[in-house]
Amino acid sequence: MELFQTILDILVSAAFWTAVLRIATPYILGTLGELLCERAGVLNLGIEGIMTMGAMAGWMAVYQGADLWTGVLVAALCGGLMGLLHATLTVPLGLSQHVAGIGVTLLGTSLSYFVYRLVLPQASTPPTIEPFQPLALPGALAQTPMTYMALILVAVVAYVLYRTPVGLAVRMVGENPAAAEAQGLSVTAVRIGAVVAGSALMALAGAFLTLSAFNAFFFNMVNGRGWICIALVVFASWRPGKALLGAVLFAAFDALQLRLQQVAGGVLPYQLFLMMPYLLSILALVLVARRASYPRALMIPYRKGER
Amino acid sequence: MRLEPREHTPLAARLLAPVAAVAAALALCALLVAWTGAPVLRAYGLLLEGAAGSRFALTETLTRATPLILTGLAAAVAFRAKLWNIGAEGQLYMGALAAVVLGGGMLDLPAWLLLPTVMIAGAAAGGATLLGPAVLKVRFGVDEVVTTLLLNFIVLLLVSMLLEGALKDPMGMGWPQSAPVVEAAELPKLVERTRLHTGLLVALGLSALLWLIDTRSIWGYENRAVGANPRAAAFAGMPVTRVMLRTALLSGGLAGLAGVIEVCGLKGYLTLDLSPGFGYSGIVVAMLAQLHPVGVVGAAVFIAGIFVGADAMSRAMPVPNYIADVLVATSLLCMLVAGLLTRYRLRRG
Repeated sequence: MELFQTILDILVSAAFWTAVLRIATPYILGTLGELLCERAGVLNLGIEGIMTMGAMAGWMAVYQGADLWTGVLVAALCGGLMGLLHATLTVPLGLSQHVAGIGVTLLGTSLSYFVYRLVLPQASTPPTIEPFQPLALPGALAQTPMTYMALILVAVVAYVLYRTPVGLAVRMVGENPAAAEAQGLSVTAVRIGAVVAGSALMALAGAFLTLSAFNAFFFNMVNGRGWICIALVVFASWRPGKALLGAVLFAAFDALQLRLQQVAGGVLPYQLFLMMPYLLSILALVLVARRASYPRALMIPYRKGER
Repeated sequence: MRLEPREHTPLAARLLAPVAAVAAALALCALLVAWTGAPVLRAYGLLLEGAAGSRFALTETLTRATPLILTGLAAAVAFRAKLWNIGAEGQLYMGALAAVVLGGGMLDLPAWLLLPTVMIAGAAAGGATLLGPAVLKVRFGVDEVVTTLLLNFIVLLLVSMLLEGALKDPMGMGWPQSAPVVEAAELPKLVERTRLHTGLLVALGLSALLWLIDTRSIWGYENRAVGANPRAAAFAGMPVTRVMLRTALLSGGLAGLAGVIEVCGLKGYLTLDLSPGFGYSGIVVAMLAQLHPVGVVGAAVFIAGIFVGADAMSRAMPVPNYIADVLVATSLLCMLVAGLLTRYRLRRG
């Protein structure tokens, strides 16, 4: 009963919901990016490495003197480039999307660490930058500009996907590439475009961590967030609106475990609380797996005239 | 330009592919080394020297290769059956956990009995860890890539919890580490006054055994058939689900054994940095070996050499040792392309 009261107290506080939106932001951006790739039929397991890359590149640009929004742009560009690499391997070359994605993650992560160490050889305490500040709005609305950007991007991706010819093309190459080709679309071009754009979004998710949530770059700072986004895409059944809902729901659980950790910290080991987000993701996958409607051409490479 | 499938892949092409991929990766990473301002040839020279330039360097490389052979085999057997086990890292830690629990004095057995017991228990722990995602895959259609990846994080948190709690070494000066395993659970050294231990022989033996199973038994035949085309295999009357679960136990078991061998052969106790990503590097090892159990040995020695050599190089030059991870990742991507070129040829038009 006492626990119930504690949880209720947490849930009605404005500070809690401010934290939820902040925690949700990288999940919103990452899930949106992965969703775009998968809607075009390409699984992008490079997400973890691309997020690390975005976190490092955006931070490094600002640390070298660029302003914050230039940092965001640099992150998106680096993400787009990594996306181009993944797309080249998986779309025209038709290589295994699983293995290529793992390769992109390994490359993105190691390259980020390499560059960071090269520029800052002996930084024992990580150097910091002046990050985005929350807007002066009441209650849970006091978020940094990148969170608002993420919310706007959900609407933009949803609009483009369902209301424009480009979006129709993306959905078509993910469902029935042969039919798309028959309509005169280039399956290769549409898929590459979607993967590049999606990867740029993933890099923004990483950049949020170093430019908004924290003010420094740490090793292992992405910490599995990319993999959770992949689970969230399935949970959201490949829809941007549901992706937003899923990310916020997930962030609410995460924020709740952080607060319960403070309340019950002495009784239970903190690792049990930290496990919850990962267990929750697996549970969500199990619950929706039966009725998940995968894009029908997901993970199937397309070669003209080959069946 | 388009790709045309080859009807026949010559053996020379299969053998040449990893060599070409590694050469391409070295050439690409030379750009990064040049960017640091270090002389490229001297840097690679130091890397080679650090990996194989002396008796000590060679034994260090082989020590590092030992767990990589096992995680490489774990990835190879799973990928063959199209079971995407990306969770070898977590399975390795579960094996190591079993090793410090059973080998830490709980069982009072002679070495010839204790060592096999600990190994079998570690393999069972690793196999059971992968069995979960495999069951979810065959029963509920849950993608095993994400579940195995997420399990890595859960296992590491579990290990962290135990190392700060039940398994914490009271003599460990407060560090989160387990008590050391008893002497009877230690693997004997292979070469005196080096770190090389008999775990290498276990890894080599398993590689040979898996090759025999692969080529000479019905098991191996079924595994390959299910990997190539599960529907056709099911139509031919093969127990597809059972093959999948069997593969999961085998793959997770190999990764778990890697954890046991690292604890009993090298470290003696368990910490949170037991594995510098052996589970993930195992994927690269398996791909470079084109999933061939014997090829895994060569690929593991190569990857181990890169890591050991890069450590030596970065001590002498201002090149961060993360260059090793970049080289390994680049080799994987180049290997994918090289593998494609052995199966397809480029045609104009």
